[in-house]
Amino acid sequence: MGIVTRGFRGRRGGGDVTLPPGQYLETGFPVLSAGPTPQIAPAAWAFEITTESGQEHRWSWAELQALPREDITVDIHCVTKWSKLGTRWTGVSLDVLLSGIDTSASYALVHSYGGYTTNLPLADLRQGQAWVAYGYDGRPLRPEHGGPARLLVPHLYFWKSAKWVQRLELLTEDRLGFWERAGYHAYGDPWREQRYAGD
Amino acid sequence: MAATLLLHVEGQPAGVAGQRVEIRLTAEDGYTADREYSLARTGEADRAEITVQAIDGGEVSPFLVEDIEVGVELEARGPIGGWFVWRPDQTEPVTLIAGGSGVVPLMAMIRARRAAGSKVPFRLIYSVRSREEMFYRAELRQPDPGVDVTVVHTREAPEGSPRPAGRITVADVNSGGWPPDFAPSCYVCGPTGFVESVADMLVALGHDPHRVRTERFGPTG
Repeated sequence: MGIVTRGFRGRRGGGDVTLPPGQYLETGFPVLSAGPTPQIAPAAWAFEITTESGQEHRWSWAELQALPREDITVDIHCVTKWSKLGTRWTGVSLDVLLSGIDTSASYALVHSYGGYTTNLPLADLRQGQAWVAYGYDGRPLRPEHGGPARLLVPHLYFWKSAKWVQRLELLTEDRLGFWERAGYHAYGDPWREQRYAGD
Repeated sequence: MAATLLLHVEGQPAGVAGQRVEIRLTAEDGYTADREYSLARTGEADRAEITVQAIDGGEVSPFLVEDIEVGVELEARGPIGGWFVWRPDQTEPVTLIAGGSGVVPLMAMIRARRAAGSKVPFRLIYSVRSREEMFYRAELRQPDPGVDVTVVHTREAPEGSPRPAGRITVADVNSGGWPPDFAPSCYVCGPTGFVESVADMLVALGHDPHRVRTERFGPTG
């Protein structure tokens, strides 16, 4: 146990809920972004996956909507300490988008409209662990939360779930993204409390 | 209500203006609560200064503002954050726009400018509900040479104020900040809704989105 702060009791919220270490329960939906919110009309929107050999795969908004969709209910954990439980999303599994793509890449660098990037192992985007989400709580995803579509990778800290997702760049070697270059952890597992580089 | 706390720290770097520290409070039974707060002043090796606004019903902030006593020990980690920062070697003009307690990291930037003897022109637009809720009032009433301060009152304007009380508008942002032609760096900090609308205004006025850095706090509901 660390230093006890005299007089501090705290509020034992959450009851039997188990949160990752250092997280607290949030009922609102905070917003964390590095800059202004890009306003992207669905007609101008497209999602791309580029492979290490330079192959390009592209989906328009209409093409994405035509793919099988899933309703996903997951807990999300932000590196700034809040966790929100049972959030409800609608989107397309990355398994669907990656099927039929020939790659031996081990990493992905995610690019967003507005220039944001984040990196993660490709394995973390497979096997029902990641989606391109365009619905939240039964409605279209709002721009400040990453609409028209964002990545959803709920088993990692939420900055990995890049807002305004535009492109997955598949890579044979890991390349750090925006927050990762600014000192955040390259992987970001909330259950191992990997917040900052060196954790 | 708000309070500024001076923490004497061991082995902590002095930090860059705009950075935050993480505070961990531990109760006697081992229960912990962690929160991040912006540094209000940087550059002093053995201390961290934070200004905390007490949130009604909050778990940590009312304790820090109302209950904590001088001499009590707590854990601090940091400084953290490498994006929402101003470094004294930056040479471009700077527009700072604060909503409420979002002024704290921006005040750290104004203080860092002063400490470094920087001549970079700063403009601060500070949105507060009323005069009484303004942080650092004395310091901002007589700002440093080269620092312009515009206060926008949202609920109650002081007597004789030419601007009626009301939310910040694109006209406030346009007249209180640097024009886009000057290619200023813009730093916007405040509650989510405030930052969303101000950042949109800056982009609409023609500022390069890559020059607009934001830090938001609080839930959107």
